[in-house]
Amino acid sequence: MAEPDHIPVQHSNRRTIGVALAVCLVCSLIVTSAAVTLKPIQISNQIKARQRILVELAGLTGLPVERAYQLFDVRMVELASGAYVDELDVERFDIIKAAKDEEQSTILTREEDIAQIQRKPKYLPVYQISDAGGGLETLILPIYGHGLWSTLYGFIALEGDLRTVKGLQFYQHTETPGLGGEIDNPRWLSSWQGKVIFDEDWQPRIELVRGSVSMATPDSQYKVDGLSGATMTTRGVDNLLKFWFGENGFGPFLLRLREERS
Amino acid sequence: MTAQSIRKILFAPIVNENPITLQILGICSALAVTTKVSTALTMCIALTLVVACSSMLISLIRHYIPTNIRIIIQITIAASLVIVVDQFLQAFAYEISRELSVFVSLIVTNCIVLARAETFAMKNPPWPSFLDGLGNGLGYSVILLAVGIIRELFGSGSLLGFTILPLTRDGGWYEPNGLLLLPPSAFFLIGLIIWGVRSWKTNQVEQPEFRIQRTHNPPEVTR
Repeated sequence: MAEPDHIPVQHSNRRTIGVALAVCLVCSLIVTSAAVTLKPIQISNQIKARQRILVELAGLTGLPVERAYQLFDVRMVELASGAYVDELDVERFDIIKAAKDEEQSTILTREEDIAQIQRKPKYLPVYQISDAGGGLETLILPIYGHGLWSTLYGFIALEGDLRTVKGLQFYQHTETPGLGGEIDNPRWLSSWQGKVIFDEDWQPRIELVRGSVSMATPDSQYKVDGLSGATMTTRGVDNLLKFWFGENGFGPFLLRLREERS
Repeated sequence: MTAQSIRKILFAPIVNENPITLQILGICSALAVTTKVSTALTMCIALTLVVACSSMLISLIRHYIPTNIRIIIQITIAASLVIVVDQFLQAFAYEISRELSVFVSLIVTNCIVLARAETFAMKNPPWPSFLDGLGNGLGYSVILLAVGIIRELFGSGSLLGFTILPLTRDGGWYEPNGLLLLPPSAFFLIGLIIWGVRSWKTNQVEQPEFRIQRTHNPPEVTR
């Protein structure tokens, strides 16, 4: 059927597609150039934010972040054996890239993959602070796992006894603000201090529970309040801790540290 | 364009045609980002930039936009600007961009942006459209900052992070109002502001959508 004459040129399909394509092209150029030029600054911001979290977790207050970060003994650990691997570059290590890289990661079976991360890196950095006597004062481990919408990336700090939590903090996630996003709430994070990960037989016991945990709760040292209104995120945190403190996570490394000390 | 008409386009949206109090648009972000003045201020700047620039760009190409895909094109332009603003925030205001989380990206769904594009920018030249966007952004900002100042001052005893009213938990005398830190308090405050504005400018009061019609005269006895 021929098109009626009174329809203006603007309505022709070719013109519509042409304008749409032109707008998309210009917009995508603007977006990509902004993203590409600003990327280096954003990355350095992220690294600084991560360093600040590490410094805060270790309780190194009173020093500028860069100086305090220098106090860390950062080593790469081979997860499977728990041994240090010194030939790998720690500073340029990217946990997200490593988990995708075929060479640097292994596939997890469904039974193993309780944190829902599909692949696990072969090597991960660990951050240690020694006390005046040369003993371990703080050990910080990178941890991550899937929450509700996104993968939660964070750090957990342990006391020198390798059992007690010194602090926990997440640096990257996109959980719902006000619900799952409350994993950034300082009050909730401070409730982790002094919690105990492992029981007397060095089995991971830590868990997130419904309702509040008081000193009167039986085994309260192994229990942390779940976040109300954020069941899936809470479960994600619970799962990722079980994974990273288990056999497939930092289990072998922590075992080696314990054996070396005794 | 005369100076008078410039002033009218720029300042009318601040009280007389305020997008929040008159049109009740942009409420979602007004609830979410006003617990602190710093986040409210960043959000205001981001939204004002996006509205002003998107109105101007849409107005520039308004004769070429085919009417059947105009909304998609408006959203594409607004979304691109939002991404650019978000990228800048992540580069130069990292901490605040983390606090604002999704709300910057949600500017694209803010009805003010689309409303200005559709009702003003599609029919007017670029410069007035830019001013109109700027004015509406400022109108949004005035309300957001008012709500943010009240919430931060009486909810946390500070402004922009500086302590104004020392809190009892830090050894001061002010017991903070915890409700102000929760989203519903922004509803109450915006409601009070709308009430205030409409009592002052009575022409903003909306006509009731319906009236109860008298179907028959009351019986004689009750007179």
